[in-house]
Amino acid sequence: MSGPETTAAAPRLSSLRKRPVPVIFERGAPGRIGYSLPASDVPEAPLDEIVPAAHRRAEPAALPEVSELDVVRHYTALSHRNFSIDEGFYPLGSCTMKYNPKINEDAARQPGFARLHPYAPEEIAQGALQLLWELEHDMAEITGMDRVTFQPAAGAHGELTALLMISKYFEEKGERRHTVIVPDSAHGTNPASATFAGYKVTEVKSDARGNIDLAALTAVLTTDVAALMLTNPNTLGLFEEQILEVARAVHNVGAQLYLDGANFNAILGITRPGDQGFDVMHLNLHKTFTTPHGGGGPGAGAVGVRAHLVPFLPAPTIERAGGRFALDHERPKSIGRMRAFYGNFGNLVRAYTYIRTMGAAGLREASEMAVLNANYLLSRLRGAFDLPYDRVCKHEFVLSGRRQRDRFHVTTKDMAKRLLDYGFHAPTIYFPLIVEEAIMIEPTETESLQTLDAFVEAMLAIAREAETDPDLVRTAPHETPVTRLDEVTAARKPDLRWRARTASDPR
Amino acid sequence: MKYIPATQAERERMLRSAGVRTVDELFRDIPEEVRLKRPLDLPPAVPDPDLLAHMRRLADRNTDCDRLACFLGAGAYDHFVPSTVPHLALKPEFLTAYTPYQAELMQGELQAIYEYQTMMCELTGMDVANASMYDGASATGEAASMAADLTKRAEVLVSTAVHPEYREVLRTYTSHLPITVRDLPARDGVTPPEAARQAVTDATAAVIVQSPNFFGSIEDGDALASAAHARGALLVVAIAEPVSLGLLRPPGAYGADIVTGEGQALGNALNYGGPYLGMIATRDAFVRRIPGRLVGRTVDTEGRPGYVLTLQTREQHIRRAKATSNICTNEALNALVAAVYMATLGKQGMRDVAELCARKAHYARTRIAAVPGYSIAWDAPTFNEFVVRCPMPPAEINRRLLEHGILGGLPLGRFYPDLADCWLLCVTERRTREEIDRLAGHLETLQ
Amino acid sequence: MYPKELRYSKEHEWAKTEGKRVRVGITKFAADRLSDVVYVELPAVGADIAFMQPFGVVESVKAVSDLYAPVSGKVVEINKALVEKPEVINMDPYGEAWMILVEPKDPGELGQLMDAAAYAAMVGEATS
Repeated sequence: MSGPETTAAAPRLSSLRKRPVPVIFERGAPGRIGYSLPASDVPEAPLDEIVPAAHRRAEPAALPEVSELDVVRHYTALSHRNFSIDEGFYPLGSCTMKYNPKINEDAARQPGFARLHPYAPEEIAQGALQLLWELEHDMAEITGMDRVTFQPAAGAHGELTALLMISKYFEEKGERRHTVIVPDSAHGTNPASATFAGYKVTEVKSDARGNIDLAALTAVLTTDVAALMLTNPNTLGLFEEQILEVARAVHNVGAQLYLDGANFNAILGITRPGDQGFDVMHLNLHKTFTTPHGGGGPGAGAVGVRAHLVPFLPAPTIERAGGRFALDHERPKSIGRMRAFYGNFGNLVRAYTYIRTMGAAGLREASEMAVLNANYLLSRLRGAFDLPYDRVCKHEFVLSGRRQRDRFHVTTKDMAKRLLDYGFHAPTIYFPLIVEEAIMIEPTETESLQTLDAFVEAMLAIAREAETDPDLVRTAPHETPVTRLDEVTAARKPDLRWRARTASDPR
Repeated sequence: MKYIPATQAERERMLRSAGVRTVDELFRDIPEEVRLKRPLDLPPAVPDPDLLAHMRRLADRNTDCDRLACFLGAGAYDHFVPSTVPHLALKPEFLTAYTPYQAELMQGELQAIYEYQTMMCELTGMDVANASMYDGASATGEAASMAADLTKRAEVLVSTAVHPEYREVLRTYTSHLPITVRDLPARDGVTPPEAARQAVTDATAAVIVQSPNFFGSIEDGDALASAAHARGALLVVAIAEPVSLGLLRPPGAYGADIVTGEGQALGNALNYGGPYLGMIATRDAFVRRIPGRLVGRTVDTEGRPGYVLTLQTREQHIRRAKATSNICTNEALNALVAAVYMATLGKQGMRDVAELCARKAHYARTRIAAVPGYSIAWDAPTFNEFVVRCPMPPAEINRRLLEHGILGGLPLGRFYPDLADCWLLCVTERRTREEIDRLAGHLETLQ
Repeated sequence: MYPKELRYSKEHEWAKTEGKRVRVGITKFAADRLSDVVYVELPAVGADIAFMQPFGVVESVKAVSDLYAPVSGKVVEINKALVEKPEVINMDPYGEAWMILVEPKDPGELGQLMDAAAYAAMVGEATS
């Protein structure tokens, strides 16, 4: 065993990262160029005849004037002021920051995929269509759904897609329903999506075991409810123990049961939402299926439906007939389109490659190890932090920094910032909203025991520091390129774009 | 297996610490009835060398634009991507990073996006641009919601010269919001400003046009802005081909209130339709209603400049049911690609590439107009796309051109039944004179 | 602790009778809980507001709160200076940080609000 992670946890970010990087607009010089394009090979003609002057811009856009090396140095410097999975541990609950395999990149970047035009005739896109068809088949099997669409670009996009399908389902039945129910632990996108789909949102509390409160739920389940949006395992990292009763209660009033599949990494090959009674669900391919987060996106959202919702899927769907694959645009009951073209195809190739790498046994093993890793961390950290729900967790768990806040005036935010000094990304904090000073930790299965132990050491050290040297924690981080940023001024006086500074404006 | 490092001995240690004997015990709270009793029915795991071969075979079943001379646009553009783009934007430090919520650790990403926002403002002539939306179509859908919210009005007018798939998404997005969408019919390949002026009422939140539009025509932005503003409506301009802004007047200059669009043309791969890059930009006054993430510049406790996600109270994780949008994960990496592209091309290069497109498209337009039986549909000025009236079904022309390694333009009949003889051709800087001559030559000999 | 001449709503707004009009703001308790206020959104002059219905929004970096009307009526003045400098809410919540001046429709509504002692008791309970 070797490597910096196994030594006593100590701040170790290099000083290179602390050097400020001027904005790219301050690099270069007027007239400097960094590109190469051929000269025009078509006959000369006055530009006015090609595009009338009235339609032409008076000034070129004030983009950088830099050499190729300037560009390379700039973005290389920026890349060193980042933290990535390739660099270190990201125990972000709810995000499933597992390793992004390199072979997925090789598969996706082939010209046969990357250089394929979306309106290419189907005859010359059979490889792409076959991949989409097979991936749909795989996802349906994994989730217990009947069909899957890949149009959504992200989980929230999938939520909206599903809610619009649910609305259409009721319209076809001649019913009007106005409410969507979410648990108080729901991710913010759930109520936001419901609002965007035109629904009123009712929140139901969670009970003492961290499950949705069945009695409270039943009390608000009327025939005005279109759907219950549930995450399972939920955002506390706990499996909804009464899921079958919940499904029954929801279906009893004719409502639909929706799964926010953000936490699917806990249950691959172990249980399926279709079998639990869910009617429709989304998966985050950038979580469970390793597609890279890219600094905030792109993601890819898959939405699976049971048979009764299939007619409402976004068009086109992918069909197979006699070994040939085709796009089916003839879907008269479809909700329409959620985006142009077919989906975040580049990421679908990555997810497909991952599923082929793992196979059924590999996927199941991934979930088993994700859950074991989480329970191991829980067993080692529960002494030092408050544990609001004392249950076996799934792939993630929620602690509370309340003890440190109440005794030493050191908050979860302070401790999260201090963790950066130890070379780890912080866990998810202040979510779910139902836990005070929440700390949500999700290790994933791709992290080694050495990494987990190093993380535990860092967390325990910070808990001690909260007691013995609280100021150090309250003013963290100290080792990052910048210290805590003034978010208040950033919100009061937003500076959202660079403007060239004149000599008289020294800002 | 290679992505799961825990050895048997390590698993036993962890089980002991967790106080259980088997992994199975950790799943005890899942009701027996829904525990899977069989393995998932999936193809068996494939070892790496075989998997790469399989993926190669799948890719080979596609004919991509490296193997064809591409004259197809219609919302996805075959531009030259400088080598800097993949080498820099796809560095693992950017690729495998998370959303920069822990700002101190992610100054690189945040600064890159701040610079991207700046570049988009420069390109579009607007005050503020966000850190990306999903794609041009959904961005336009969200712009309609934003305009309705800003004006407190319930109707949007959308030109039929806007990309048909953008219009479909606009309708899907607004289907359950108190917003009605009405078509503004295009004529002669453009949106007639007089028709717009007559159609706009005091109930109109926004007039939505695209420029260059789906037919490739440059719209009369000043007149359309005037028509919208005369009755207090906003002008929303969708840009499907942002390379055009290297040469054309930006929407901010002719009075656009919101600019949306698609950034794929800025260095992003065709990728069979995604992931692409939604754009949205607006005036300073509207900044608190813009959806999506925003990066702001500020200082740290030592007074050093730094960057942070800001105005987060607009977003779903704080406003929840009252958020103006539900967007969370965006297309940050595609925005970074666009930033590296725009930085590499720079002030002069964006102008040059746009001019090359315009010159080559003009040449193609002239050559094809001279082929017997073919004519340019309309007189309107165009950028790098134009519509050709054909003497035989365009789909048939494409079939024959494919045999010669040419990917022909889009037959418009699939979206516009009354334009069944029309063909939307695109010519970017990648098309050589030789390819254009070859295309015209084939048209001359086709029967 | 809380000015005796004001009336208080359970949503932490204060109301001050000024002749025929009522001036409205938020209490120090609310301002402290928000911590640094970054933005305030107020209704337009002339807008109608309804008792205990939202009339505006106050934002900190990490939170958004609705402002609830302690009286029904018409907004006759808004504090533009507050919109320019929202941080005043944290400095002078009962003076410089007044938000709106209202011509009340039903002055009897003020009777439904709490006095300073009752409000102090309410927030005292909240912090224990």
